Amino acid sequence: MRALLVEDSRAQRCVVRAMLKELGFEVVEATNGHDALRALEQSERPDVAVVDWNMPEMDGLEFIRELRRRRQFDSVRVVMATSETETSQIECALSAGADEYVMKPYPKDALRDKLVLLGVM
Amino acid sequence: MTAAVAEALPAYFDFVRRLVAERAAIVLDATKLYLVDARVMPVAARHGFDSIAAMVSAIRSRPFGLIHEEIIEALTTNETSFFRDVTPFEALKKTILPELIQKRGAQRELSIWSAACSSGQELYSIALMLRESFPTLGSWKVNLLGTDYSTQMIERAASAVYNQSEVNRGLPASYLVKYFQRQGLQWRLSDSIRTMTTWRRLNLIEPWSSVVAPMDVVFLRNVLIYFSPDDKKKVLAQVRKVLRPDGCMFLGGAETTMKLDDSFERFPCDGAVCYRLKGGCT
Repeated sequence: MRALLVEDSRAQRCVVRAMLKELGFEVVEATNGHDALRALEQSERPDVAVVDWNMPEMDGLEFIRELRRRRQFDSVRVVMATSETETSQIECALSAGADEYVMKPYPKDALRDKLVLLGVM
Repeated sequence: MTAAVAEALPAYFDFVRRLVAERAAIVLDATKLYLVDARVMPVAARHGFDSIAAMVSAIRSRPFGLIHEEIIEALTTNETSFFRDVTPFEALKKTILPELIQKRGAQRELSIWSAACSSGQELYSIALMLRESFPTLGSWKVNLLGTDYSTQMIERAASAVYNQSEVNRGLPASYLVKYFQRQGLQWRLSDSIRTMTTWRRLNLIEPWSSVVAPMDVVFLRNVLIYFSPDDKKKVLAQVRKVLRPDGCMFLGGAETTMKLDDSFERFPCDGAVCYRLKGGCT
């Protein structure tokens, strides 16, 4: 199982990378949406992308919209993982193409539950 | 328990152990001393004692009362989450409910029970699934019952208010935006779902007849593991009486009826393990 982790905070990346590895994923990392699109082109297609919202250059929402325009990545499930907790923001992420949404901070079990819901575990 | 371990245990542990065994059928061995210390100390502090030992010496000879009740509540395990373990809900949705709906077409009535419901996520997961996937049941009489030993948990479940950590666990985001309203740091489930459910206090090792009517589906997950073999048998014997002949029971992943009650048989269903009464017609 492969995961693309898109997160600008080094500390947060470190925590989520460890969670994904413990859950059995190989992890490719990117620090913003542009990096993530490059990583998608250059590495093997991931089963899931775990995406932060607020990032420099290209934020998570823009990245998800761009990802969903590229039909070859239709099978990639997307979890938006962010500190944004308003209902309208969750709706916005889902309509942009996120399949699931988890609010920071979250433990490994919450991430695992989301990945199970999406059928990637 | 070895003599050496027993000697090392504080005297209050034996009082607490007997109390929860007699009243709630929960088995605590010596390895659970840390659990008793962590969970019962807040009860002692709340009642003005500076230690569990002081509280136990004060209540040891008193008749069963509020403090005894609070000690038991503190030691019941309340781990739960929305759609926990997923597969029982998949089985319910794909196979069990479609079959039951067909069979109950004349009566148009269904009853589902979440025993040991804790803070209620299991029963609300079922209610959400019914609302989303079985719109025909809108015109049926659907009884969704949640019971728990803990009055505090029953009150929490009935309130249908959850914090961020709880709605983060297992609840599809699409359900969160559709059925929950954010109130500060809490999320309140909509009345349209909440009012589908009924909540009652029930000690599983006491008679159920006044609380539990005949059931089509029983969720009895992750509760038998805390009981002694004799109490497991007593609970399963009562399930046998309330489960309809073509009904179905879900246990936790580490639980079984084997060597406890021969009247149940296990059958695989959409990745879940279900139990039915032998000779039933599921």
